[in-house]
Amino acid sequence: MKLPTPPLPKALRPSPKRPGHDRGNGRDGNAVGAPPKPTAKDQAVEGAASAIGWLDERTGATPALRFLLYRKTPYTNWYYTLGSATLFAFLSQAVTGVFLAMYYEPDPTRAYESASRITNEVFLGEFVRGMHKWGSTVMIILIFLHMGRVFFFGAYKYPRELNWIIGVVLLVLVLMMGLTGYLLPFDQRSFWATVVAVNLNASGPVIGPYLADFLRAGAEFGPTTISRFYALHMLAIPGLIIALIGAHLYLVVKLGTTAPPWLKAEKKDLLTEEV
Amino acid sequence: MADPPKFDKKSRYTEGRGIAGGFEGETVTRRRLMEGGAHLAGATAIIAIALPGLGFALGPIFEDTIPTRWQDVGPEDDFNNESYVARIINIVPEVGDPGKTTVYVRRLNRERDTRVEGQDPQPYVAISTRCAHVGCPVRYIQASQKFLCPCHGGVYGFEGQVEGGPPVRPLDRFYTRVTNGRVEIGDRFSLNSRFERFSTRDPSNHLDGLWQYLYPSRPTT
Repeated sequence: MKLPTPPLPKALRPSPKRPGHDRGNGRDGNAVGAPPKPTAKDQAVEGAASAIGWLDERTGATPALRFLLYRKTPYTNWYYTLGSATLFAFLSQAVTGVFLAMYYEPDPTRAYESASRITNEVFLGEFVRGMHKWGSTVMIILIFLHMGRVFFFGAYKYPRELNWIIGVVLLVLVLMMGLTGYLLPFDQRSFWATVVAVNLNASGPVIGPYLADFLRAGAEFGPTTISRFYALHMLAIPGLIIALIGAHLYLVVKLGTTAPPWLKAEKKDLLTEEV
Repeated sequence: MADPPKFDKKSRYTEGRGIAGGFEGETVTRRRLMEGGAHLAGATAIIAIALPGLGFALGPIFEDTIPTRWQDVGPEDDFNNESYVARIINIVPEVGDPGKTTVYVRRLNRERDTRVEGQDPQPYVAISTRCAHVGCPVRYIQASQKFLCPCHGGVYGFEGQVEGGPPVRPLDRFYTRVTNGRVEIGDRFSLNSRFERFSTRDPSNHLDGLWQYLYPSRPTT
């Protein structure tokens, strides 16, 4: 910071520095006329800038980030946050799911015990399992609210139909997550609910029974049914969901956000009549 | 002045089409051949990975993983032909307790049981508790001689025939035999409303009239 010069008589004022005074003067190992030595602060700023520049030059991140973040948005309100709230719910499910997978054993003779061990013995296990359990319900509620916002605001219309379709596929995948996750605690409720759910699949003509066989890995609830549900629940379906969320967000960024239906487009007076 | 060489665009030969480097008798350019070869190699690699993966996931649809196990449920004296006795068998011992299921067993009753032409009656009637609606466990009530399902209110009569609610066919049964005076229970089978036997179908699968063709027999049963 530069302080104002005090009003001193000219004789007492410090004389202006000679040109080249901050350059090397032959002492302290600096060559005569060498450029000034940067201070520690200069070096820190320069170092950070060059590290970012190094990344940017090699990834082309600046245009991508500008495309992603610096977009024109219309008037929005809190209903527009439901999509990102759903995304956050998904991330929460993913993180808590990873921690649950560290203790859970997908085996018909071990599943119930390992699940109750998470609740009763693992430090904060009850909390993480509760977050995953209640988070799944919250996520489904948020999805339907988000879907309602899109529907009632007419945001599914041209040119965003494809994003609506992707969203519907995502909804189905999330419901499949609910179905496959319900079996994993392996108590009476989850076992019989899954038996009923698989038999509902079997009620479809021609392919239904085969679908049920696929889910059970056989005609009866067998030794690999639970690991099959586990693999679908934590590998196959989440992979598809992540890929489709990527496509969903890309289209949001590409096509932009719709204004609420009660806002009319501003008409510009292209011609003004002069009187 | 010599005439410029004349090329026929529809010629079979690269030379005839005037392609640089084409030579006599060549019909496919080398570039096209390399392109096709690369696509073929890529497709082979994808198929080599995808087919075993698909087979892994879908394989259980095509094999019968439940072998016939005859399970002893007690001496013949334990059973009569007027009321059911509950017995527990394990149809999938590999999974432990979840494989267990209750079976209601009684001796064949020549007066009350429906006879089906061309079908040997089983010496014992062993009725599965898996409801023919969506598979909840039913319970036998001796006082009313009916099987009741707790989930959606299915009601079955003494022979397991549907008397009310959503079930689409009678309760499944198991094959029975008597060995050295002891009753043994084997594979499950399904019935239509005339008590004709079918290979095991899932609950909710109709077996009467044209419906039976929409729910055909599967490799797993």
